[in-house]
Amino acid sequence: MKKLLSSLVLFLPFCSIAQNQIFDRANVTGNMETTIQYLNDDSTIGAFAPEQKAVMNSYLNVNYSLGKFRTGVRFESYLPSIAGYPAFYSGTGIGYRFAEYSGEKIQVTMGNFFEQFGSGLIFRSYEERALGLDNAMDGARIRFSPIKGMQLKGVYGRQRFNFDDGKVILSEGVVRGFDGDVNLNDLIPSFSDSKLKVSLGGSFVSKYESANNDTLIIPKNVGSYGGRLSLRYSKFYINGEYIHKENDPSAQNNYIYNSGHGILINMGYSKKGLGILLSAKSIDNLSYRSQRDVIGNQLFINYLPALSNQHTYNLAGTLYPYASQPNGEVAYQLDFLYKIPKKTKIGGKYGTDLHLNVSVVTAPVQHTSNMNFNVDRIAYEGRPFDGSDSLYNFDLNFHVSRKFNKKFKASAHYFHFVFNNEVNTVTKKASGYITSDIGVIDMQYKINRKHALRMEIQGLFTKQDRGNWATALLEYTISPGWFVAVMDQWNYGNSTVKDRLHYLLGSFGYTHNSSRFMFTFGKQREGIFCIGGVCRPVPATNGLTFTFTTTF
Amino acid sequence: MKKLSILLIAAGLFATLSFVNDGGIDTGKKMPTVMIKDMEGHDINTAEVSNDGNPIVISFWATWCKPCRLELNTIMDDYDDLVEETGVKLVAVSIDDERNKHKVEPTVNAAGWDYDIWLDPNGDLKRALGVNNVPQTFLLNGEGSIVWTHSGFSPGDEEELYDEIRKISK
Repeated sequence: MKKLLSSLVLFLPFCSIAQNQIFDRANVTGNMETTIQYLNDDSTIGAFAPEQKAVMNSYLNVNYSLGKFRTGVRFESYLPSIAGYPAFYSGTGIGYRFAEYSGEKIQVTMGNFFEQFGSGLIFRSYEERALGLDNAMDGARIRFSPIKGMQLKGVYGRQRFNFDDGKVILSEGVVRGFDGDVNLNDLIPSFSDSKLKVSLGGSFVSKYESANNDTLIIPKNVGSYGGRLSLRYSKFYINGEYIHKENDPSAQNNYIYNSGHGILINMGYSKKGLGILLSAKSIDNLSYRSQRDVIGNQLFINYLPALSNQHTYNLAGTLYPYASQPNGEVAYQLDFLYKIPKKTKIGGKYGTDLHLNVSVVTAPVQHTSNMNFNVDRIAYEGRPFDGSDSLYNFDLNFHVSRKFNKKFKASAHYFHFVFNNEVNTVTKKASGYITSDIGVIDMQYKINRKHALRMEIQGLFTKQDRGNWATALLEYTISPGWFVAVMDQWNYGNSTVKDRLHYLLGSFGYTHNSSRFMFTFGKQREGIFCIGGVCRPVPATNGLTFTFTTTF
Repeated sequence: MKKLSILLIAAGLFATLSFVNDGGIDTGKKMPTVMIKDMEGHDINTAEVSNDGNPIVISFWATWCKPCRLELNTIMDDYDDLVEETGVKLVAVSIDDERNKHKVEPTVNAAGWDYDIWLDPNGDLKRALGVNNVPQTFLLNGEGSIVWTHSGFSPGDEEELYDEIRKISK
């Protein structure tokens, strides 16, 4: 099977060259990514080199399409995997392959696929390679659009769990799901020009996993269902989704027999120069996985987004980042974006951008009166948006950015975090709440048409954990190809004087169209690396990293 | 296993050598057929993107990506002139997932971008076009063929894009 697929992949590009002359729509696309690290021990920062000294992650995707037919394959290689990457990825092999046919109204896929129902609260298979997350389905999918404005989807398969010595290991459980989506404005011709836009949808997902437990009667099939509605009138919009999950005892919830719920609501108003968004989320016992004994980040059937801003400045993003709590949380978030108009006294010649973001996450109340846990193993009662005053996370951040003239741009950023280290443990040096304030100044100067200089100065101030940090970054770019940067992070406020370390990191690289290589050398501190509210710890490293990416 | 590794390297080299598009060359590569949505929830078949025979720029971005926003802000400053001169249309494809997807519309409006916006929350189009990281920008000629692509953004890169657009505009 593997041989067949491999030869198919090698053969297809040749086909495409021949076909290009005959058919207009034969395409080969894809990409490659390689990361090679050469690591050294450094006891001062706690960095350890593996026995091999060098480690590598590599990926090559090839997609081939001809008319209505499309196929693709991904090779991947971990020899062994790079520092901090999940250790259950090892060896070289085919990690993903699929074939697909797209007709006028129907699309069928066999093999691996990624898919999302609604907001993903009930079902999302996706890939976040930087985190080592990949819960791709392996099975079959059908998408059917009987008429304009209606889309039906069905999925059936097992999920990718591990990649062991070049072979994909799948979940023990099987996931089956169905989703329907209707856009009323597209569906009903007389309604198409209405200012009111309405779309709605519903999903049903079920998983099956065999069970063999001496003490508990474990449900082998666990269902989950829900609906969503989206309304928009002129510049206002509101959308929401509600998901209910049947009882689903698992390692994550300590094998309780509670059902679970998830609710996401977004309300917004936006027009040119202004955007306001209010979001709310209520989750209870919503860890939904295709294997009940798995914890951590693997084998989620659904996706629980964190309701807070995704920070990218180094000190704001990697020391105290918030991650979703699948067992339950109630969260609210406000975004306010405004552009002070250009050519005004306050706004300046080009205008000034303001962004305020506030989010608060609390533990849900768990009502325990009138419970008969010994009879039915239902541990508590959870109600929608029933938040307690036990704080999980508070995040306030404010950003101002302005273009002063054709050459100079600057922005200033302020962050205030109250982080609960008991819920999201990121440090052993502090317990309870960690309060921190962060300031960032980011300046960019365009020297001429091709040369530009950028500088970041960041400070993090806290009395807990490892104390204050300062970061400085200097970056020089020569368009369209070259870039070079130096960054130093300094833990100058550490209460232990010998731990007031510098982490100096240099990088340079070159981009040619869609190909890019980069060298990074120096020390990287341990931290938490997050995307989309899912996080993984990254160890301290000292060494040289080479990265190559290309799109073809 | 050894065979597979050799195969992998061979495939990699072959693919890289054969298909790195050196710019301005019509390889006949078209937009793949992927179903995604716009901000109002209408279905978009990405293969059907058109602009009356004028060039189209497809730019992948995310609300949390600083260089992406810098690129789209920079192009916005010159966009009206560029549209008048070349007839170009820019489609900004947001890869924000569910956590940030709802911030796309306020972000776009507050920034005052006049681009077409597509939402690709599960990375379907991103994968189909082989995008590794954002920002990445593709240029389609009047026939809908991908003639140029660039990853990353540094100040000044926009000039190269404008040059490429001018080359293919009638």
